[in-house]
Amino acid sequence: MLEVEGIRYEYGKRPVLREIAFSLSRGEMLFILGPNGSGKTTLLKCLNNILKPRGSIYVDGVDLRKLSPLEVARKFGYVPQRGEIRSLNVFDAILLGRKPYVKWEVSEEDIRIVENTIKMLKIEHLALRRINELSGGELQLVLIARALAQQPRYLLLDEPTNNLDIRNQLEVMNLLRKAVKENGISAIVTMHDINLAINFAEKILMLRDGEVFAFGGRDVINKDTLMAVYGIRAEVVKYDGRVFVVPEI
Amino acid sequence: MSVAGDYKALVRKRIYFGFTLLLSLFLASLVAMGLGAYHMSILELLYAVFNGNPVVWNVRIPRIVSAIFVGASLAIAGAVMQCILRNPLASPFTLGISQGAAFGATVAIVFFDIGRMHRVGETLTIFNPYVLPFFAFSGALIGVFVILLLAKLRDLTPEAIILAGVAMSALFQAGVMLIQYFATDVQVASIVFWTFGDVGRARWIEVYIIIATFLACFLYFFYRRWDYNALLAGDEVAISIGTNPQRIRIEGMILSSFLTAVCVSFTGIIGFVGLVAPHVVRLVIGGDYRFLIPISSLVGALMLLLSDTVGRTIISPVIIPVGIITSLIGAPMFIYLLLRGGRGVRS
Repeated sequence: MLEVEGIRYEYGKRPVLREIAFSLSRGEMLFILGPNGSGKTTLLKCLNNILKPRGSIYVDGVDLRKLSPLEVARKFGYVPQRGEIRSLNVFDAILLGRKPYVKWEVSEEDIRIVENTIKMLKIEHLALRRINELSGGELQLVLIARALAQQPRYLLLDEPTNNLDIRNQLEVMNLLRKAVKENGISAIVTMHDINLAINFAEKILMLRDGEVFAFGGRDVINKDTLMAVYGIRAEVVKYDGRVFVVPEI
Repeated sequence: MSVAGDYKALVRKRIYFGFTLLLSLFLASLVAMGLGAYHMSILELLYAVFNGNPVVWNVRIPRIVSAIFVGASLAIAGAVMQCILRNPLASPFTLGISQGAAFGATVAIVFFDIGRMHRVGETLTIFNPYVLPFFAFSGALIGVFVILLLAKLRDLTPEAIILAGVAMSALFQAGVMLIQYFATDVQVASIVFWTFGDVGRARWIEVYIIIATFLACFLYFFYRRWDYNALLAGDEVAISIGTNPQRIRIEGMILSSFLTAVCVSFTGIIGFVGLVAPHVVRLVIGGDYRFLIPISSLVGALMLLLSDTVGRTIISPVIIPVGIITSLIGAPMFIYLLLRGGRGVRS
């Protein structure tokens, strides 16, 4: 269980986040939606101490500030926007996810976990390739694999489907859902693609100007919230059991 | 074979590569010991070593050991700098160490009239052998200290640190030129001569200092190998796996600068090795710092030892300073490697 209460963060004097509060249970995927500059990425970075906000964050009942950097690293895996891991091969890069657990050198267990992660994401053919030889979609899978090999309780992903074609978008999201359900972990994902978010989300948090405008299940996305947050007219329609946002053009 | 099996085979290959280099270094040292103004056969060499032959023990061996450890030091300093400054062009001299050291040496030579050097066959005459290195060392670290202070106070990004290094280099260079403009011919010649890096300048006591500094820094760098790998994934990911990038960066800059300053103050400026040795290793076995640090040190040692041996023998008895040879031989070889590596990447 992740409980966030009254998070505030400023860049210099400019407030970016104000009084953010939400909670998330095991096995759930939370999507953070909001226009550019609404504070999505900043919020994500506040959750695992990359940025130090005011307010409180309780991780499975423990205050985040009371955890050591290594303890935080074992709780949260992070995949940034436009990630990169220079000059390593894919296996070494994913092995980096084991760093919070490695004392002096990697164990057989670490190697096995990396191998299983590679198999789960079906990227065996990439294992010994160098990172700079990968396509955008392959790179994104490797970056996610690195975070999964960390065996975190919470996965934080910053726009993981950006720059991917539609097939890769679906592949990445399905793999994420699989990882979340199979490992009983939670994921917090920032995203621009509302249609993708709404069909994978258990929870949705809509940010506007650094404040929580709406937080809840998929039904928080409707005509009124879309107008208020994005300033667009749109219909929410059901098609074949799935939900889609159809904007007026 | 399984993914893990393939990976372990790759790791074994990296380790074999390291041992091959170690063996090559040992053989190269033996050859270097036999070569010189007076060539020795293996038997003569063994006889000389075990009978405490002064030429072997006081001239050739300290020179060889110095080449090995200076090469290794510059290589690991370069490897670490390239990581913490996120720049493939970073080298041990990025923070202005060579220009700072040259400035220190210039001040010593011109204002304190010490360390005037002449080349007479293989010998150098230095009026006061301790004061010149001390000045060079101080000069090397003044600039680094300023940059570190800025980095700490203003949370400088790696890009800003590199630019600060460029600025400090320019400042020291201007200082050197200003002093040279008013100096005598002999003084200017001495300054220029000092800047030609030469591993033959170090005597045993200095070699010991270089070895001790190298070992201490090597242990620290190797201990931090996972943190350097973490930095390859960017600062944010590094934090998310429990690394403190700012701390790793500051500590890395302090130690690699200190190590470089020690080498430079006893041997003068030896370029190229620190920049290129880590890249050679990356081309062959990849950029994993668990292997990059130890294997770069071997490549750097081998590069400098071979260059020095060439410099000593090619027009013997005249010794060409190794600083000239490293770039003269190293640069074309490196470009060749880059071209070959490039083809491998594309196919």
